[in-house]
Amino acid sequence: MKRLPLFLALTAAFTFCVGPFLWQVMTSLRPEGEQTRLGFPEHLTLQAYRQLFDEHAFARVLATSFAVATLTTLLCLVVGSLAAFALARLPVPARGALLAAALGASMFPPIATVGPLFLAVRALGLRDHLAGLVVPYTTFALPLTLWVLTAHFRELPIELYRAAKIDGCTSFGAFRRVLLPLAAPGLVTTALLVFIFSWNEFLYALTFTSAPEHRTVPVAIALFSSGHSEPWAQIAAASVVVTLPLVVLTLLFQRRLVAGLTAGAVKG
Amino acid sequence: MLLVAPAVLLLAGVALYPILATVWLSLHRSILVFHEHRFIGLENWASLLGDARFWASLRTTLYFVAVAVSLELLLGLLFALLLHASFRGRGLLRAAVLVPWAIPTVVAARLWSWLFNADHGLLPALLPGHDVNWLGAPGYALHAAIVVDVWKTTPFVALILLAGLQAIPPELSRAAQLDGAGPLRILGSITLPLLRPAIAVAAVFRGLDAMRVFDAVYALTGGGPANTTETLSIYAYKTLMRSGDFGYGSTIAVATFLCVAVLAGLYLKLVMPNAGGQEA
Repeated sequence: MKRLPLFLALTAAFTFCVGPFLWQVMTSLRPEGEQTRLGFPEHLTLQAYRQLFDEHAFARVLATSFAVATLTTLLCLVVGSLAAFALARLPVPARGALLAAALGASMFPPIATVGPLFLAVRALGLRDHLAGLVVPYTTFALPLTLWVLTAHFRELPIELYRAAKIDGCTSFGAFRRVLLPLAAPGLVTTALLVFIFSWNEFLYALTFTSAPEHRTVPVAIALFSSGHSEPWAQIAAASVVVTLPLVVLTLLFQRRLVAGLTAGAVKG
Repeated sequence: MLLVAPAVLLLAGVALYPILATVWLSLHRSILVFHEHRFIGLENWASLLGDARFWASLRTTLYFVAVAVSLELLLGLLFALLLHASFRGRGLLRAAVLVPWAIPTVVAARLWSWLFNADHGLLPALLPGHDVNWLGAPGYALHAAIVVDVWKTTPFVALILLAGLQAIPPELSRAAQLDGAGPLRILGSITLPLLRPAIAVAAVFRGLDAMRVFDAVYALTGGGPANTTETLSIYAYKTLMRSGDFGYGSTIAVATFLCVAVLAGLYLKLVMPNAGGQEA
């Protein structure tokens, strides 16, 4: 008797989470002209995907987004792990103020920075340029990186670091050879969160790109249209193409991601 | 100190400087295409106070925040309780919950705009009142945007609350059970009070995030119909980038920033009175 309500709640929760995306998958596989039908399609086709890559040059959009997200992630890890290591283990003046400032920066509404950044990007000739996106993305992903990594470096036993130094390592050597490898799980979590943030970011990408061939995935999908009517099948196909890698990554690393997302949230 | 320098430089140059520059721009008449740029003091701010469109976008944003965040907390709590219960296939649900979280916001908006599509969408066909144009009718479109935001961000709330639930020692509810308390009593007298900090954290993060909402609404409705879904960020964006009015656009942007700051201050005072000055 107790099972039925639980089962109903589970079905409802499952449908709510996955249903809309599955509907999008189905729309993308329907033959042309049948997108408006509601029943299950009689036969499936990859035509929308073909059109997406042939007519809309979607490969280029994917490549741009991938480059931006990868570069941002790498830059963020380098800058972030150095700073987080110093914040966790070295005497840094105004450490608390710095972490608080980073947290404050992550609360900024992006709209309050986009005007001057646009003027700067334009003045430096970085519109439609990878750097025009990578630098702002790195900055706005840094607070999260600092918080996750600083917490991670603090948890590592300080004795290891001291032992390495006694054995003749420099501070940086002890960091690079001993602490960094040990912090690998934290680095993976951070990398995933930063990559997903950069892959999904919209406002800066919309503002700092002008030519269609330099658009990132979210901008391309938001501005998708071909003439008079909305190409629903191709929008659906594009949604599936850009989302599947993220869903796979998320499912593979779900425990890490959940830990990273909720880090510090519970202890308060 | 050298190690922190790149991070500090980036934060100062790409986050702090633009904020200050936006404040400075808000004191100027600065229109890009006319190459016009001169200091006008508080004139923009005076215009803002008399700008009905600004007050409308503020009301829209506050309504969006209040309704969306309440629904997210409620649904997130239900999801968290469900994920905390032990049953077969819990891993599957946990994975499913992460799907909306992983989907880019813009994609989520397009996905729902197809579901809400007045002519061919699934939802108008399923819901009573077939002829409602969800995205085209004032009064409905904002609620469609709320649905998108709730769908996309409830998982985040659920995960934070789940972590909170897992931190509560199970002995407490077991002891209460032995004393004869029913499930609802345990929820009300033990679980919810102990979950308060996690709920507060989720409310803060979601509230501040929803105040600056842009992607979800912009990709769904572009601020229409008749500006009824125009949030503060969208109004500021249109003034900056469509009209090229960097002075007045910056004024709206700073006002958005101030609204977020006020909300943050309120939150700190109301829900987390002990949180000030503590490091994690």
